[in-house]
Amino acid sequence: MLPWKAIVHIPDGFLSTPVWATMDVAAAPAVAYIVRRAQRGFDDARVPLLGVMGAFVFAAQMINFPVGIGTTSHLVGGALLAYTLGPAAASVVMSAIIAIQALVFQDGGILAMGANLINMALVGVLAGYLPFYLWGGGRWHKWAIFAGGALSLMVSAVLALAELLISGVPMPASVLGVSLALFVVSALLEGAITLAVIQALETIQPGFVRKPETGRSFALGAIGLAAVLLAAVGVLVASTAPDGIEKLGLQVGIASHVRSLVTTPLTGYQAAFFQTGWLRKASGGLAGLALIYGACLLIGRAVARKRSA
Amino acid sequence: MMPPLIEVRGLRYCYEDGTRALNGVDFRLDRGETVALFGANGSGKTTFVLHLNGLLAGEGIVEVCGLPVNRQNIPEIRRKIGLVFQDSESQLFMPTVLEDVVFGPLNSGMSRQDAIERAQTALHTVGMSAAANKAPYHLSAGEKKRVAIAGILAMEPEILVLDEPTTSLDPPGQGALADLLVRLPQPKILATHDVPFARALCDRAVFFQGGVIAAEGPVEDIVTRFGWELALERSKLRR
Amino acid sequence: MHRRDPRAKIAALMVFLVVLATAHRALPVLGLALVLLLSAALIWARLPLFSALARAAIVLPFSLIFAAVCWLSGDPARGFSLLLKSYLSALAVLLVVSTTPFPALLRGLETIGAPRFLLMVVQFLYRYLFVISEEAQHMTIAAASRGATVRGVMAGARFRAAAGALAVLFARSYGRAEDIHRSMLARGFQGRFQPAAALRFRATDAVFMLFASLAPVLLRATVERAL
Repeated sequence: MLPWKAIVHIPDGFLSTPVWATMDVAAAPAVAYIVRRAQRGFDDARVPLLGVMGAFVFAAQMINFPVGIGTTSHLVGGALLAYTLGPAAASVVMSAIIAIQALVFQDGGILAMGANLINMALVGVLAGYLPFYLWGGGRWHKWAIFAGGALSLMVSAVLALAELLISGVPMPASVLGVSLALFVVSALLEGAITLAVIQALETIQPGFVRKPETGRSFALGAIGLAAVLLAAVGVLVASTAPDGIEKLGLQVGIASHVRSLVTTPLTGYQAAFFQTGWLRKASGGLAGLALIYGACLLIGRAVARKRSA
Repeated sequence: MMPPLIEVRGLRYCYEDGTRALNGVDFRLDRGETVALFGANGSGKTTFVLHLNGLLAGEGIVEVCGLPVNRQNIPEIRRKIGLVFQDSESQLFMPTVLEDVVFGPLNSGMSRQDAIERAQTALHTVGMSAAANKAPYHLSAGEKKRVAIAGILAMEPEILVLDEPTTSLDPPGQGALADLLVRLPQPKILATHDVPFARALCDRAVFFQGGVIAAEGPVEDIVTRFGWELALERSKLRR
Repeated sequence: MHRRDPRAKIAALMVFLVVLATAHRALPVLGLALVLLLSAALIWARLPLFSALARAAIVLPFSLIFAAVCWLSGDPARGFSLLLKSYLSALAVLLVVSTTPFPALLRGLETIGAPRFLLMVVQFLYRYLFVISEEAQHMTIAAASRGATVRGVMAGARFRAAAGALAVLFARSYGRAEDIHRSMLARGFQGRFQPAAALRFRATDAVFMLFASLAPVLLRATVERAL
């Protein structure tokens, strides 16, 4: 069984001090805000629902989805939660899940929790909800759900990768390419599984799935989404650029004696890495191949469904 | 004649999808009584029970200890009526037994110290004092049911309502529960399929059918009239 | 150690983790020293030492992959650092969580500023984690005993069956949440949970916190000075 779901829970010890510290500082007010939003109008009445649905997500990871060639995958759940409970509540549930995974299962670090929360509970859920919010109400309903599921995973994974790269974890072009390809396939699977579950839910009880408004401007939505995607990819690409970190260091103004606490990531690595241009092309090519493979899978499935219907 | 503890007249209730669950139910509970609610699954027993403490609101009159069930009276009524649900796992939602049993008293505005005392008394009554710091997940079905009852007793209710209390209890568990209930002084309503259990504990029974109470009377009469007890014999089974 | 105030343990844990995270010199020796420190704490807390050491190793498969990449990229030191730090962090967390009842741990986190609402969600998640996992397990066993005999059924049909199973589990969980809420209302819930038991910070807790926080700091200072 191949590990399709690339683990994005970063343990302690992987991120450099500026990275994990910055993420912790950024995550605290963000989580506080999203908690207040989720509570709005309900006080504590929704606590049981959010807690139980968090337990559901854990349990759901036991149910295996066959994805061909003897491999299976499982649901990660951020997008599904957003489409049923709303984005703020979904973020709170994902935060609770991350906390439990770190504390009870030692899956994910404590100092790294800020980064994990931002990647999965905050930005990941938001990226998953955006397509649904923009296009979930119209003809593109199914595609919006699929895209949201895929995006939530993709953005979380890319952000995690970027944080690791900025921290100086070495990633030769081949490893980076394979990671990205894995992420793309996992993301497409998450999209497919999320869509399948939402459709099954709509059959059992349509009330479970939220109804976004119809008639949103397609162009505006496309621009917004492109911006999110470009930002995520941009962070990733920038983090692989050798001079990027130095620039970042100067801009943030880290004093030199503080810097000695942190390994300067790339001194001594430049020889081992290929030039940035090659790196970008290589990973881009692999990602493209993965996308084509994924598209073929989906088209094949859609055709097969029509035939059997 | 003393005023009834519970009086229901003409209770009607429809689900969201339009199906009529209750179609004019009249019911009365007097002091010192223990009443059985019989009826097929889906006949409205649980729906009826949820109206008694205002968890559901239908049309008609529902009065508890003389108080009509409305928004103003609900906090008081929920103290008077102790409702034990069918699923104990969902009723014991706190991390430990003690935390769960103090939940009710704390909501009544008691201090933590007083609430703990009440809880300990209640746990003693049901024989679960030793389990105070255990997690509910690790208790057996019978133990969970007893803790659930303790959680209700800690609120010092005047009426006990139990929905299918013998669900998932083995025969010894059923016996222990019956022993406990008979010792509790409060009047009780037991919605149940378990005829021997009802026979042992209840003075009278009502039969739910088609959203109304089709009949009421002594337990034995109702059971006989509606054939509500199966005497299964292998030789008599239709093949 | 089990009876120490959770806040003291949390504080000591944070000091340990930061000392570990910011360490870059003499890692093998420091790592050994910290393992011994944690092992001593485990023994003092009367926890089974070897199963704790083994349980913390759960992080290693993930770290090993990255460590291998580091080694192949010409930086074995970083690879070793990844392995060591992720393992020690997991062991330290395991120690704290195994010596603190979960509700007390959450209460400790609340007093240091974690949002109460979020902690209540965590509490309920923990309460029903195994309940719902068991339900899911029953569903997979039931499905397997049906599907196992049907070889050659299209992956698409099994895919949709799995989605259906998930939807059913979702609906059941949602229903359970409604049952819980009704149960809360029936016992007088009026919108807010009452505060949980207060924690009392005693002199013994302060002493413990002092020594437990100083230990990793002193160990690191000593190791770095000596080497």
